[in-house]
Amino acid sequence: MKNKNSNQEYWRANLKIVTALLLVWFIASFGFGILWSETLDQIQMGGFKLGFWFAQQGSIYVFVILIFIYIFLMNRLDKKYFESNDED
Amino acid sequence: MDAKGLTYLFVGLSFALYIGIAFWARAKSTNDFYVAGKGVHPVANGMATAADWMSAASFISMAGLIAFLGRDGSVYLMGWTGGYVLLALLLAPYLRKFGQYTVPDFIGTRYYSNAARLVAVICLIFVSFTYVAGQMRGVGIVFSRFLEVDIDLGVVIGMVIVFFYAVMGGMKGITYTQVAQYCVMIFAYLVPAIFISILITGNPVPQLGFGDTLVNSSTYLLDKLDQVTTDLGFNAYTENTKSNIDIFCITAALMFGTAGLPHVIVRFFTVPKVSDARKSAGYALVFIALLYTTAPAVAAFARINFVDSIQDIKYSVAPNWFKNWENIGLIAWQDKNKDGKIQYSAGNALEGVRPSYSDTRGKSGERLLDNKPNSTNSNEVYIDRDIMVLANPEIAKLPGWVIALVAAGGLAAALSTAAGLLLVISSSISHDLLKKTFMPKITEREELLYARIAAGFAILIAGLFGIYPPAFVAQVVAFAFGLAASTIFPALLMGIFSKRLNKEGAIAGMLSGLIFTASYIVYFKFIYTSLNNSEHWFIGISPEGIGFVGMLVNFLIALTVSYFTAKPPEEINLMVENIRRP
Repeated sequence: MKNKNSNQEYWRANLKIVTALLLVWFIASFGFGILWSETLDQIQMGGFKLGFWFAQQGSIYVFVILIFIYIFLMNRLDKKYFESNDED
Repeated sequence: MDAKGLTYLFVGLSFALYIGIAFWARAKSTNDFYVAGKGVHPVANGMATAADWMSAASFISMAGLIAFLGRDGSVYLMGWTGGYVLLALLLAPYLRKFGQYTVPDFIGTRYYSNAARLVAVICLIFVSFTYVAGQMRGVGIVFSRFLEVDIDLGVVIGMVIVFFYAVMGGMKGITYTQVAQYCVMIFAYLVPAIFISILITGNPVPQLGFGDTLVNSSTYLLDKLDQVTTDLGFNAYTENTKSNIDIFCITAALMFGTAGLPHVIVRFFTVPKVSDARKSAGYALVFIALLYTTAPAVAAFARINFVDSIQDIKYSVAPNWFKNWENIGLIAWQDKNKDGKIQYSAGNALEGVRPSYSDTRGKSGERLLDNKPNSTNSNEVYIDRDIMVLANPEIAKLPGWVIALVAAGGLAAALSTAAGLLLVISSSISHDLLKKTFMPKITEREELLYARIAAGFAILIAGLFGIYPPAFVAQVVAFAFGLAASTIFPALLMGIFSKRLNKEGAIAGMLSGLIFTASYIVYFKFIYTSLNNSEHWFIGISPEGIGFVGMLVNFLIALTVSYFTAKPPEEINLMVENIRRP
């Protein structure tokens, strides 16, 4: 039974990580890049209007960073719940 | 050596490399053929995924599209990269843990139903062939423009190369050739971008040059571009023209569609461990982002350069690239005001949009057209957006070897994606249709043989698409992403994250997503094309974005139907618990 509980805990922790990261994913692309991009345009960053920059550059950088944060958090989680995560 | 000789050299060398790799990585078992023996290093898999994903459309067409769409083009940039976050967080690790060979395999097993498997196979084949058709056209364009061979011969050469390494090496051969193709492709994309960025802004990093000032001026590139485009009667380059809801839905459909494309998903089956599946999604996006953050810069440079190099220039002294592309029918010029000079501005230059050339030449030496001039505007130039990336180095007067490099890169992009698609088509036929459904008794040897035969046939059909391109290729791209988003993605997602979803729910969901999305697209793109505008669309959503709504329909129907029908059997419960553990 202990094993089953720890599986559920692992899954819940996993869902928390995924939800938090997807929230950022949504805000950076659909939020900054689309819904609020015209408001952000009033801020100028070098030659870019900020909303335009998020739509054509910034969101992509955020995506890359998000996946690497996910890899880091999940590896830590795997270690905590499963001693060896080598499995086919 | 001239540009043409160099192009032969570069393309020849790159092809020799791909064939050499194919020899080295022959497939010996179905495990090799379908998933490269599950032994691919995550970095290599990331590169292969990037090459698999970045097609002729990404390499050749996307920057051109953005150059003419301006800010509206952002949907492609966000849509075709954001899907990787979904893949990494929601699908890749779990599907790798599942450990089978194909996407329909997962759907068939999770929903304990061969009917679900068949629906998935149909969606997969449709999505993949739609995609392949576009690749073969890309191969044809590159061959005809740079090597001056017949488009048909170009397609046949491309087919032979793909046949060689896909049929022989299967996933293993394809993976390692894709690694090489990624390197060729990214080098070919970045080199001209860096050169042009230096020429225009003095900044060697295109991503920064994009937001920098022009050389010898204090005006920002994007401000200048806004001014040029509005002067010519277009919308300002950095302003949206589409409604927010449409941009939102198109971006979402492309993102969820990306996460549901079988040829991308199956790449995550090839790595040794679950943690490697996560890692390779990360590396894949790094490699993709390198091109995707460069593309909007290339687009902006191309738009400025294009206008600068032809506006108010006499046709008789117009640059060579203009005449070369005119000769193969992707540029046309009609001297509306008879001044012998090229004038480019907003609006379609010709009645009927696409040029139909007559056999005679005009006073200035231009190809005469049968089209009537469009009298509602003064634009004299027709240009096919697909040529911008290929023409860019010539427009910027870069040396011949850069032009040759771009040709080799374009071919790498088209061939790598075509090979990946052909593999998922052949494995869904040999594995899902034959082995798992109709001929369960065949041995592994026979299955491997059938996989090779199916790959051969798929290549033949793809080649025919390239030689006789169906006129609807551009329209069906909306189809591929819409269907992937509204059928495959929800079935995979709910299969992992819901234990309650049963076979009835999954099949009802996939079918309703499929029917809803397909009928909306067919209605506006094929039957009532004249109604295809925002007044008639469902709450302002274009056919390109409807896949997102189709996905929501799928979720709703699938969950409702599941709620009213029997729970899935206990072994499915155990299977889901198992794939949730790393």
